[in-house]
Amino acid sequence: MSDAPILQVDTLSRHFPVRNMLGWKTGAVRALDGVSFEVRSGETLGIVGESGCGKSTLGKALVGIHPPGGGRIVFEGKDITGQSANERRAVAPKLQYCYQDPGNSLDPRWTVRRSLAEPLVVHTALTPSDRNARIAKIMQQVGLPLTHLDLYPHELSGGQQRRVGLARILTLHPRLVVLDEPTSGLDVSVQASVLMLLRELQRAFSLTYLFISHDLSVVRMMCDRVAVMYLGRIVELAPTETLFAAAKHPYSQSLLSAIPDIGGRRVTDTFTLEGEPPDPARPPSGCRFRTRCPRAAPVCAETDPALRPITPAQSAACVFA
Amino acid sequence: MALPGDNLLEVEDLRVSFATESGVAKVLDGVNLTIRPGEIMGLVGESGCGKTTLANAILGILARNARHEAGTIRFGGEDLLAMPRRRIEDEVRGRRITFIPQDPYGSFNPLFPIGTQTMEVMKWKSPHRAAGEGRGVAGFFSRYPRARRRSDAAAVSQMLRAVQIPDRDAAFVKLPHEFSGGQRQRLMIALALLPQPQLVIADEPTTALDVTIQVQILKLLKQLAKKSGVSVLFTTHDLGTAYEICDRITVMYAGQEVETAPVDDFFRRPHHPYTVRLLESLPRPGRELREIGGEIPGLISPPAGCRFHPRCARATDVCRAERPPVAALGGGHEVRCYHPIAEATPA
Ligand SMILES: Nc1ncnc2c1ncn2[C@@H]1O[C@H](COP(=O)(O)OP(=O)(O)OP(=O)(O)O)[C@@H](O)[C@H]1O
Ligand SMILES: Nc1ncnc2c1ncn2[C@@H]1O[C@H](COP(=O)(O)OP(=O)(O)OP(=O)(O)O)[C@@H](O)[C@H]1O
Ligand code: SF4
Ligand SMILES: [Mg+2]
Ligand SMILES: [Mg+2]
Repeated sequence: MSDAPILQVDTLSRHFPVRNMLGWKTGAVRALDGVSFEVRSGETLGIVGESGCGKSTLGKALVGIHPPGGGRIVFEGKDITGQSANERRAVAPKLQYCYQDPGNSLDPRWTVRRSLAEPLVVHTALTPSDRNARIAKIMQQVGLPLTHLDLYPHELSGGQQRRVGLARILTLHPRLVVLDEPTSGLDVSVQASVLMLLRELQRAFSLTYLFISHDLSVVRMMCDRVAVMYLGRIVELAPTETLFAAAKHPYSQSLLSAIPDIGGRRVTDTFTLEGEPPDPARPPSGCRFRTRCPRAAPVCAETDPALRPITPAQSAACVFA
Repeated sequence: MALPGDNLLEVEDLRVSFATESGVAKVLDGVNLTIRPGEIMGLVGESGCGKTTLANAILGILARNARHEAGTIRFGGEDLLAMPRRRIEDEVRGRRITFIPQDPYGSFNPLFPIGTQTMEVMKWKSPHRAAGEGRGVAGFFSRYPRARRRSDAAAVSQMLRAVQIPDRDAAFVKLPHEFSGGQRQRLMIALALLPQPQLVIADEPTTALDVTIQVQILKLLKQLAKKSGVSVLFTTHDLGTAYEICDRITVMYAGQEVETAPVDDFFRRPHHPYTVRLLESLPRPGRELREIGGEIPGLISPPAGCRFHPRCARATDVCRAERPPVAALGGGHEVRCYHPIAEATPA
């Protein structure tokens, strides 16, 4: 890992229209609302937060699956925000997104072989025999037997589908991979092997990961730094161990206090956070967390705290941090 | 071992199979499970091990292609599998045994307000409904006596307060989609407790929820269950959740229960090789992950003997030949293994 940023994100936003039953636009969900951060080459940056806070929207905006509404994305020193489709082709293979649900992102009518060949056909000029060689190599690297090349997605287990999803991306030799919930829906024993595989691959291909997950135990194990999101914003960004030892934002503190501690005190006896996230189309004024925040004061309804450094390594967006 | 009279539910040597296109899947292979009054019993295991099948068997709602091969399910001393269907529907399912499903979205009719749906349930499943009431020709005109309707409505309102639904009068006329996922799960808990059952079966009730909401729901369920003294069968694949809420835990692997123990003993001194490896595959700070290796077996031609043997480092010939008997280790800790791990690393 080096300190040089591979990716710089500046006040990125993305709004989705809210429509009523007649199809009229009645408002907007600010799925991403001014998100800024950097990713260093070779690191694993975790993105955590509750359902609907904008994690997938962020990941998809970064790799260009849907363009951001505003802000700037700089990849390897180059502004890629407003690139034409042609310019985009050069960076596309280097920036890859690994879908939340591999079962649905693999075409059910395609064999594993076809799913793996397709990105190579689109993005490279390899000859068929070179393609086959690369496919065989990647199958071995993700720990799948070559006999599985002729199987269809429904004939694979959940863990094997993830491996195919990863193989599909890695054949392109990307630099940065957005892993969207790479282990959700997997059993713990399968999760363990997928996580171990992700680490091995990171080493073998010197990959940079953006690791989206709602499972903080997994994030703690995998990530160098963690960004905590709430309703379209980053509320805290810190090195993993700093965050777990001394989170500064009340929302991060609540999230951390919800992690079960097997053998220790029961979280159900100590957890205090009340309520649920508000409707993202109508966020509260001021700090968006104030409706659930145990420390909220009148000032929180008036000022909208920006993410600011508390120490050189740790930033938080709270008036009291 | 506890005396049979102490148990509310006793599942003994239950065998259930499913007819499928590629053969007969032997999904429950001699499962044993007991639940005492007032106890929260955790049924833990990985996807496909048979948790839902066992829950459905107890509720008497197995799929059409299911076959009950052997075994008994005794509830309050009576064999549910031998009970006439009519009695199960009238007295047991939805009344003495109720259900909280994994997916609260699919369990409500999207077209009717929550109040209407709740009262429809109470009409048949209210704890104050007399047996047979509202059935037959005479019952048609007196389906829901006014006095009972009024007292049921009061009970519903009280229960909505207990599960922390804000603005209860407004909640009555709202449609299911107007509630958040967490609120819908609270409503399911209310519906399950309203008939004042003896047993609630909760099949992974929090897996679809966010962590902070998940803790809130677990806390609520635990409080309400303890307050009303109801027993709960809580199925989950998440060991952390089981640690939070359960009094005892049974682990199932590929349709066989392998280890049962009181919760603290379970996590401190696991003895079955599968349980130990399962705990080692949990991400924990300061410890390296270990994978179990191998895969969960198919159930159409499952491994003979102990179904874990193909993945077990301790397996010997006897493991491959015959399923190990129950060994009682004292303190209610039971394990089914020929070579249990004596001094397991504490979890
Ligand atoms: N294509 C879309 N059209 C309209 N709204 C959308 C769209 N995609 C996402 N949203 C909304 O934007 C918000 C953020 O969604 P997003 O999928 O990024 O959340 P997430 O953090 O990935 O959640 P999860 O943990 O459930 O995957 C949500 O309120 C969602 O409803
Ligand atoms: N109606 C059915 N027909 C055929 N096979 C079935 C049927 N229902 C379940 N099975 C099989 O029985 C096994 C156990 O399924 P079950 O749903 O009980 O598992 P589970 O432990 O609840 O898993 P999960 O954690 O994924 O919910 C699985 O292999 C499943 O495919
Ligand atoms: S009975 Fe044998 S195969 Fe089964 S868990 Fe014990 S040692 Fe392993
Ligand atoms: Mg997402
Ligand atoms: Mg299930």
